[in-house]
Amino acid sequence: MDKQLITLRVNGEVHELAIPVHKTLLEVLREDLHLTGTKHGCELGECGTCTVLVDGQPVLSCLALAVEWQHRDIVTVEGLADGPRPHPLQQAFAELGAAQCGYCIPGTLLTAKALLDHNPRPTRQEIKEALSGNLCRCTGYIKIIEAVERAAQRMAAQTAFAESAAR
Amino acid sequence: MADKTPFSIVGKPLPKVDAWAKCAGETIYADDLNLPRMLYGKLLRSPHPHAIIKRMDTRRARALPGVHAVITGEDLPIKFGILPVSQDEEALAREKVRYIGDPVAAVAAVDEETAEEALKLIDVEYEPLPAITSIDEALAQSENRIHEYNKVGNIQKAVALEFGDVEEGFAEADYIREDIFFYQGSTHLPMEQHAAVAAYGPDGKLTLWSSTQTPHYVHRALAKVLEMPPSHIRVIATPVGGGFGGKSDPFSHEIVAAKLSMLTGRPVKITLTREEVFYAHRGRHPVLMWVKTGVKRDGAITAMHFKTFLDGGAYGSYGVASTYYTGALQTVTYKIPRYKFEGMRVFTNKPPCGPKRGHGTPQPRYALEVHLDKIAEDLGLDPVDMRRRHLVDENSLTVNWLRITTCSLKACIDKVIEASGFRQKFRRLPFGKGVGFACSSYLSGAGLPIYWNHMPHSGVQIKIDRGGGVAVFCGSIDIGQGSDSILAYVVAEILGIRPEDIRVVTADTDLTPVDLGSYSSRVTVMTGNAAMEAAEKLKDLLLTVAGEKLEVPKNRLVAVDRRIFDAEDPERSISFVEAVQLAEARFGTLGSVGSYKPPESPGKYKGSGVGPSPSYSYTACVAQVDVDPETGLVTVEKIWIAHDIGRSINPLLVEGQVEGSVYMGLGEALMEEQVFRKGLHKIPSMLEYKSPTTLEMCDVETFIIEKPDPHGPFGAKEVGQGPLLPVPPAVANAVYDAVGVRIDEVPITPEKVLKALEAKARGEDGRYGPSRIPDVAFPAPTTVDVPPEWQPAIVAEGTS
Repeated sequence: MDKQLITLRVNGEVHELAIPVHKTLLEVLREDLHLTGTKHGCELGECGTCTVLVDGQPVLSCLALAVEWQHRDIVTVEGLADGPRPHPLQQAFAELGAAQCGYCIPGTLLTAKALLDHNPRPTRQEIKEALSGNLCRCTGYIKIIEAVERAAQRMAAQTAFAESAAR
Repeated sequence: MADKTPFSIVGKPLPKVDAWAKCAGETIYADDLNLPRMLYGKLLRSPHPHAIIKRMDTRRARALPGVHAVITGEDLPIKFGILPVSQDEEALAREKVRYIGDPVAAVAAVDEETAEEALKLIDVEYEPLPAITSIDEALAQSENRIHEYNKVGNIQKAVALEFGDVEEGFAEADYIREDIFFYQGSTHLPMEQHAAVAAYGPDGKLTLWSSTQTPHYVHRALAKVLEMPPSHIRVIATPVGGGFGGKSDPFSHEIVAAKLSMLTGRPVKITLTREEVFYAHRGRHPVLMWVKTGVKRDGAITAMHFKTFLDGGAYGSYGVASTYYTGALQTVTYKIPRYKFEGMRVFTNKPPCGPKRGHGTPQPRYALEVHLDKIAEDLGLDPVDMRRRHLVDENSLTVNWLRITTCSLKACIDKVIEASGFRQKFRRLPFGKGVGFACSSYLSGAGLPIYWNHMPHSGVQIKIDRGGGVAVFCGSIDIGQGSDSILAYVVAEILGIRPEDIRVVTADTDLTPVDLGSYSSRVTVMTGNAAMEAAEKLKDLLLTVAGEKLEVPKNRLVAVDRRIFDAEDPERSISFVEAVQLAEARFGTLGSVGSYKPPESPGKYKGSGVGPSPSYSYTACVAQVDVDPETGLVTVEKIWIAHDIGRSINPLLVEGQVEGSVYMGLGEALMEEQVFRKGLHKIPSMLEYKSPTTLEMCDVETFIIEKPDPHGPFGAKEVGQGPLLPVPPAVANAVYDAVGVRIDEVPITPEKVLKALEAKARGEDGRYGPSRIPDVAFPAPTTVDVPPEWQPAIVAEGTS
């Protein structure tokens, strides 16, 4: 099997790896980097569970070849928190019971982060549309959507506070 | 708002104890395990729905570099199955295959690619047999038998029970109606694919980590099939990434991983592909139903006769229990003085059906609630009042000997009817808009274990560290419903500490006392009661030493907020940690156990094992829909649902279970279905097997109705499954209100709605659904004497 030397930047850390060219980003994250926070539900690009961020955009890591994403900024669920401080999305998901079995949550959190980074005050419909590719069988999505709303409110309040402090 | 309960933890919307790990991606699910020297296993599955295995040659696969072991059915000849009465599964089929996807051989190799390559090198010669893919075919082809162990043809089980004389009941009726319904099969579709890792050591001991809802039953199955003492087998259930009943059986891949590890001396992991998850199945049975009910003019039921035909798929699984469940719980919502049930499960050459959320009861509940809606209309009665007038009494026995303890269904009904504005909307909305109503009930745990024994159903052990840390050990497995958190909340409440002071250790057959598993909505009631007993024993020790130290009588002491204090003089107190150290000095190492076994059921007839429960939850639901008469598309706009939980230990978790149940009920009502062509699953993928996304999910307004039940911890009853049940019939009734057609078959797809509308336009019956049931004889019914309150003389007085 042909292997290729690649450089991946994941959660700000640079990794050099020798991998078969056909290996997906999902497989490299989980098997080579042991970042098992990224889950899989179908490995066919249907369920959204394996979503990671590449340069801020949600990408289905099960459909992405690792060799194609070198020198890009890849963020997984392990890179969401600010050191020991959970991301406001993680905080809100935990507080509201948005994670039942929790299996779809890493992908959902990252999709939601991409949404809030681009659209800090989304409407409920915009949240639903953004998350429509992330299947969840436990929650009926209700607490997930509420948690995204709560996180958006807090992040907006933090931003407003930071801006007023800077003035 | 003033806190009306005396609790500091119970009833509070606290985060789950595992929420932080799950939101950080730190929770280790089965497929996340990676052990040194681990091999990867793969299963070869049958491409035929029904065939004899003529010959199998594994030599070419064995010769492939990187392959460490290849096994076939001859390596695992002992049969197993979840129920003692249907030990009909082989880890790898030996003589014949019974559905497309039936495993026949397995490989362990250095990686998944090599294992898959090796599967292609296994030569299997099959002699195809005619495939049986429907209830009718199963009954018609009685000589073409899928199994040999059942008595007749392809009928796995036929049951008939009669409680009181139903003919007498029908004779007393002012009105009798018969209806036929079909409830299509659906699958659990958990986000996590099943996975298992087995590690067999040189000490001759085996450890299996598996994504399972029932580690105790997997433990028993492994010991049986591998012929090993259970004491040398450790089963650890990893956090389950979605179960809904689909991970409640012992599975081929678990046993095969263990065997491959034993043969290679290396850890072996098997993770099913999504397609394989559809073959493993054990989902909702397709059920054809016939119901006949006699009523008085006010809607009081005089007798009911219910027949069910279950399409079981290729193996037994929970099917015998499922069969009984399609007839057991009709009686626990409305008064039914005489009742006859006939149920039949047939084998077909499709993936085996089993328990899915609501296990065998959503199908008859759908039929019953639509049937009652039709009766109400026939009699010109209000469908809400008709039901509400004839609810079961609290502290009563049903005609089939089920013990009702608390029932707050009336309060549930009033809540959703008022909140939804049902009375202003029903039969008054413009064409295309409608509302529908339904009620339901479900059990809080099965009254009997799956295999006959007198031992507890749940055990809890607690140990306390000198630093005040409390460890709670229990065999229960958290499948997302929050069972780990419930253990922590219950113990924290009693000991007067915080859930974060508690470490919960669960689902490890070496370390934790047995809990039977996360099925039948049993866990909060059973582990909660066991945890209460264990915690109360420890609290007694702590209060003893605290009372001595404070010179206060024990019965005046209160434990809360990590302190123990005198209720009459709260200044007199000691810390929890100080009490722990005093108690350890006085009594030695601190630990305790608690256990729980449900009360014995008063029903003593054959078949009475299915249905009894410590308590029953109740649910009422209103659905509001929009039906497009051009496309037939049904859009559910909103669901109002009220659930009688007894006591909500954590309202966040209760709401989460209600919302998730509504979601799953909507999926079944509108789109989810198992579709086969010549025995081949047509849509074994998450894209084509349609399930609701954020865009299809409607608003849900949830009401939690609390009235503590004497059998539950702090009065709690179940919530994990019951709220699914009223959703499909409420939607079906709303569709009728919207466009005037009856869809007597779920899912209610646009095609069915259009066909019914077209039929109505032609002046025919505006209905879509089955028109006949198989012409097959059931055995003579077991006639059961009814409980005293249903004796004819008393009933006659009561229904005057």
